[in-house]
Amino acid sequence: MSIFLNKDSTVIVQGITGGEGSKHTALMLAAGTNVVGGVNARKAGTTVTHGDVTLPVFGTVAEAMAETGADVSVVFVPPAFAKDAVIEAIDAGMPLVVAITEGIPVQDTAEFFAHAQKSGTTRLIGPNCPGIITPGEALAGITPASITGTGPIGLVSKSGTLTYQMMFELRDIGFSTAIGIGGDPIVGTTHIDALEAFEADPNTTAIVMIGEIGGDPEERAAEYIKAHVTKPVVGYVAGFTAPEGKTMGHAGAIVSGSAGTAQAKKDALEAAGVKVGKTPSETARLMREMVESL
Amino acid sequence: MDLFEYQARDMFEKHGVPVLSGRIADTPEQARVAAEELGGITVVKAQVKTGGRGKAGGVKVAKTADDAEQAAADILGLDIKGHIVQRVMVAAGASIAREFYFSVLLDRAARSYLVLCSYEGGVEIEQLAEERPDALARVSVSPLTGIDLDTAREIARQAQFPDDLIEKVAPVFVQLYDVFVKEDATLVEVNPLVETEAGDIIALDGKVTLDENAGFRHDDHAALADKSAADPLEEKAKAHDLNYVKLDGQVGVIGNGAGLVMSTLDVVAYAGEEFGGMTPANFLDIGGGASAEVMAAGLDVILGDPQVKSVFVNVFGGITACDQVARGIVQALEMIGDQATKPLVVRLDGNSVDEGRAILAEAGHPLVELADTMDDGASRAAELAAK
Repeated sequence: MSIFLNKDSTVIVQGITGGEGSKHTALMLAAGTNVVGGVNARKAGTTVTHGDVTLPVFGTVAEAMAETGADVSVVFVPPAFAKDAVIEAIDAGMPLVVAITEGIPVQDTAEFFAHAQKSGTTRLIGPNCPGIITPGEALAGITPASITGTGPIGLVSKSGTLTYQMMFELRDIGFSTAIGIGGDPIVGTTHIDALEAFEADPNTTAIVMIGEIGGDPEERAAEYIKAHVTKPVVGYVAGFTAPEGKTMGHAGAIVSGSAGTAQAKKDALEAAGVKVGKTPSETARLMREMVESL
Repeated sequence: MDLFEYQARDMFEKHGVPVLSGRIADTPEQARVAAEELGGITVVKAQVKTGGRGKAGGVKVAKTADDAEQAAADILGLDIKGHIVQRVMVAAGASIAREFYFSVLLDRAARSYLVLCSYEGGVEIEQLAEERPDALARVSVSPLTGIDLDTAREIARQAQFPDDLIEKVAPVFVQLYDVFVKEDATLVEVNPLVETEAGDIIALDGKVTLDENAGFRHDDHAALADKSAADPLEEKAKAHDLNYVKLDGQVGVIGNGAGLVMSTLDVVAYAGEEFGGMTPANFLDIGGGASAEVMAAGLDVILGDPQVKSVFVNVFGGITACDQVARGIVQALEMIGDQATKPLVVRLDGNSVDEGRAILAEAGHPLVELADTMDDGASRAAELAAK
């Protein structure tokens, strides 16, 4: 078991012929993912080959779904075209859309998120995220599959590299699913969505939640944990030394006035009974102790 | 990117929002000329990207061009919450009958847009929200439907505008939403929006924040950046497309991925407590593909910071292989040559880590030290910075 993605997931790639799309299609295949094709309107009818796998390129997402039965689309389309690509996938009724693209204008994201909500059929992950991995089963995104294997820990994080760092620190224990929700001000799947799914997943016994400065999703997640999560949660928050008013790499990572500080997030999580590590290594140690005591 | 008031004024005008005439001046003489051209009573306003300028003496009414010149002389150079005034706007005067508040912004929590609006404007909006929340209407706006005239009237009603004003302000709300959408803003705020004695609705002061991710479809936005306020090192980094933020410490930091770099800054600061309070000198995310050129450009920026005493390179090889990163460091040091004088602590983990460490060990550069973990690397870099 896992959340949102498993061995039965059937994946297409929007932007499969581009540089990033091509590279990561190969890596997703190597991770054992059932990638069945891709979409590029200008290259419809052609194929792409990775090793001994040859995949068809379709003109539209709807066509790709009809031909392959795909239920996950991973989007590598450049920022200027990402909105249309995601909306096309939503309109086609794609159940899971994972938008990896960084640099999408936030109003475009607001628009396609509203569109996804209205459709009621699409879960959106991202944008500006590493995607989701259920180790040993499937990868929809760019997380390195070789870091670790399957295990009892569920992980949700705004950051890609901190996800990798935490998976690496806890590689001997393993993960049920690790999901990177993205560092933009608006993302399709939140910490709360992931916490809710991990709470319901029988194969997840403990949860690592990684946050960073900006907005208040961690504070709201803390309230959610207090009310609804029975599984142990260990937290980490990055950005204690970030100055006010400066965007720290991620478009959403900014302390505005007294809002969005790492300290406020840490305090909220601790008030909800979550153990919060001061560093990634301390967070991993807390999680290790937690798993060993279960 | 936050705009100055005069830039917001120009942008409002472009989208049909009613504003008063205004001219910018960088010297008292220019302010005099501006006041002469505008004629009548003018208001000289400090152009700073912070609030509370009125209380700080940054806004003065001038009855004559002489007054305007004197007001500009008083205001230019003022320190308003750490912002030195380098420019004023000389705006036409207006006799104000009533003041209101309107803003439209990105609502991160609701993942939508939010309008805040009040019939009682001209006050600090945070104060109004706290003391008299009923007086501040909060109206969620869907990105799919936006603000049309009907929605605008409903916003005005909820904000308790009297009937005679609703028809007057509603079209202005629609125009302000136009600014928000057409300019890819994350905030458009008017405080105050006023009704003049003559009965006109005017946006008297505006604040606009633009989404830098949308720059590719707004060729005119780049020119709005405030070059004078930019840190020279940040400018240099930007020219190389590097994600760099200057901080005040002594330990230069290079890493891959925004989250990991933010975390590295924190870990360096904790480690620095052991060594007389060493703190990070910068944020620098070299992103996924850490080529030699990117690494060289990054090192060049960091070594150009005279405050930097040591550098911590913290890379987790995900998709990027550590051997490529290691080659990047070696080549970068060759490219920089004798300019490289500060010690580098390098922590590599993940993809191809053994090859990466071997490459650095073989190169044997006298300034480069390897660390086994992120904690060890941060601690060693802080120790070296303190020497």
